Amino acid sequence: MDQIILQILNGLDKGSAYALIALGLTLIFGTLGVVNFAHGALFMLGAFCTVTLSRILTLSHEVIDESRKDFLGNPLKVDVPYIYDWFGESTGAAIIDWAVPLSILFAIPVMIGIGVLMERGLVKHFYNRPHADQILVTFGLAIVLQEIIKYYFGANQIPAPAPEAFVGSFDFGAAVGFDAGAIIYPYWRIVYFCFAMVLIGAVFAFLQFTTFGMVVRAGMADRETVGLLGINIDRRFTIMFGIAAAVAGLAGVMYTPINSPNYHMGMDFLVISFVVVVVGGMGSLPGAVLAGFVLGILESFASMRQVIELLPGINQVVIYLAAIVILLTRPRGLLGRKGVMED
Amino acid sequence: MSKSTLSRRGVLKSGAVAGAGLAVPTIFTGSSVSAFTNDPTGSSVTLGFNVPQTGPYADEGADELRAYELAVEHLNGGGDGGMMNTFSSKALEGAGILGKKVEFVTGDTQTKPDAARASARSMIEKDGAVMITGGSSSGVAVAVQALCQEAGIIFMAGLTHSNDTTGKDKKANGFRHFFNSYMSGAALAPILADRYGKDRKAYHLTADYNWGYTTEEAVRTSTEAMGWETVAAVKTPLAQTDFSSYVAPVLNSGADVLVLNHYGGNMVNSLTSAVQFGLRAAEANGKNFEIVVPLYSRLMARGAGKNVAGIFGSTNWHWSLENVGGAKYAGTNAFVQSFGQKYGFPPSQAAHTVYCQTLLYADAVQRAGSFNPCAVAEALEGYEFDGLGNGPTLYRAEDHQCFKDVLVVKGKENPENEFDLLEIVDVTPVEQVSYDASIFGGELGSCNPGA
Repeated sequence: MDQIILQILNGLDKGSAYALIALGLTLIFGTLGVVNFAHGALFMLGAFCTVTLSRILTLSHEVIDESRKDFLGNPLKVDVPYIYDWFGESTGAAIIDWAVPLSILFAIPVMIGIGVLMERGLVKHFYNRPHADQILVTFGLAIVLQEIIKYYFGANQIPAPAPEAFVGSFDFGAAVGFDAGAIIYPYWRIVYFCFAMVLIGAVFAFLQFTTFGMVVRAGMADRETVGLLGINIDRRFTIMFGIAAAVAGLAGVMYTPINSPNYHMGMDFLVISFVVVVVGGMGSLPGAVLAGFVLGILESFASMRQVIELLPGINQVVIYLAAIVILLTRPRGLLGRKGVMED
Repeated sequence: MSKSTLSRRGVLKSGAVAGAGLAVPTIFTGSSVSAFTNDPTGSSVTLGFNVPQTGPYADEGADELRAYELAVEHLNGGGDGGMMNTFSSKALEGAGILGKKVEFVTGDTQTKPDAARASARSMIEKDGAVMITGGSSSGVAVAVQALCQEAGIIFMAGLTHSNDTTGKDKKANGFRHFFNSYMSGAALAPILADRYGKDRKAYHLTADYNWGYTTEEAVRTSTEAMGWETVAAVKTPLAQTDFSSYVAPVLNSGADVLVLNHYGGNMVNSLTSAVQFGLRAAEANGKNFEIVVPLYSRLMARGAGKNVAGIFGSTNWHWSLENVGGAKYAGTNAFVQSFGQKYGFPPSQAAHTVYCQTLLYADAVQRAGSFNPCAVAEALEGYEFDGLGNGPTLYRAEDHQCFKDVLVVKGKENPENEFDLLEIVDVTPVEQVSYDASIFGGELGSCNPGA
């Protein structure tokens, strides 16, 4: 039983990442009708917002320490962050320690800007082109973006640890009546899940309870009629592209302590996220979120040793098998609507 | 008047044979001029450096290229000479190789066997490379080694750790300086038994490809011989990024040691997950829970940050080896000085092994007095040398594997800088990591000079 709970918990944080990326993908598809293969790259760019802010916060000047030697035997040059000079060592160290959460504030404007730029500069020229063209151009863009990141940050992973306060694990087992240590779950993954819930809730609330959201929803349902009413739906859709980019970016920001970021991390999530969107139902926001969690949990269960011993290789294909079964039984996905991408 | 025997079918057959002959790549066809492929006839000789310049191991590839450039500079008499000053052989004089200036071309393996073969083929066919070297993966090494064997070119392997490279897939034209999985297991097991005790239960997470299998087998065999029990061994997909669902059940499996047979990004991610799930701080079977990483790479360990602290592993070489192990490891400081002065940071083990391979090839040519791959292979086989940073070393004739001491290292608790991640715990003597050449099967075959 404890193993089942443990894998459900694992699936929740993995599902959170899938759900956040798929949510943005669905937003873009639902509003603009664009299949955006660069969405994984936006997740990766968000993660590198954290790396960038960390580097900004640790910008340093060198101080020669005559008492210590470097690898060449010369007096050691010690890097002292400017932030220590400005705020004192303890405050400066605390700010650096909280670089990941602080990156949320940094990433929101950056990612919205990147999203808007991407939409106005490239994607809008492909609105009336076949989906195959959209896929090709956005996939090409994704490769360009990841190569730019690799050029500046290198190919290896870059550590971006969680704040000290969130290092360590919560003994979930002891809290719910199992043996102590039976269900251990890292604090940061709990934070990630909660963050994802808040972000998903905020996006839904924005679309549901604001005038802007109402117009966007109307545009998603019937873009032409909304346009005939004199509403500039294109401008709103551009903003939605920016918001979708920010959602993917924030998912990347908070994911950095879970897996150290590298230039390729977006591609690792992209294919699965598309499966999530299709399984959830094209254009369905609740479907994307539901499918994200369902597939995340399934993937966790399929990684259990007992399951792999019973069905070797199942851990590598379970998501795709599940997608096949769901699409055979529910061709429009879990919460898909009739008429979306069926013309 | 003779009767013509020319028929439509005969013409077609002749055409087919001629076409097939023309279609064979030029590297596999004979030449009436040279006795071997790419015999350098001018005043220079071209070496082919085939490293990952794109893809996940691009940083290692970049460090390898730096070391290659440094080796070429030293071979041509530039710089401070680096390890040529400490190398036991004095055949090299800083005047190129056999008086020919050393030039080089580079290829991008992309850490994909097909791409690596294509770039190696291009360097051989178009650039006339007389030797191919490099790589940061066993899959690439095995593929390129086979190509070089067919082409009649010497292959000096870069960073490849699988037993297969000089085991079941060994070739007469291929040589490896880097150590292998067997040596990692043999070096690590006694240290692990000494530090963690002989009554231990291990849980293996193994990357689902060739290198993972040989490493798991090596560590299992060695640790079980010390009295450890293997509780479970789980294969993990090579493309896996989040290992939480593999790591989470470990604590309740009855194991008290987790062995991560992972490299590169897999290692960084699985180790990070293991630390996040509290395995470093946990207790099992009344003992502290421990994690082991059989193959360490300092470049990649940076990605795991503080998570490497206190975790044991093995490595082929480390820039502090001469300072820790003494004059036996002469050459290390010379190379670190040379590399550090030029690039501003210490070299990685990948940089070290490819620098050594370049010097060893050049030295073998110089001693053989010929670029003929068979003469070079003969000069390398059974060759004993010293002064290249690893202490006395043997290039074993039977499998073309170098035998030298192996380093057991541990992630530093309080690193002083980004290069200071590992500390040397022990240097396992070569006798302890040696094995019979026949245990991994394979046939060396005979040397192919090509043309």
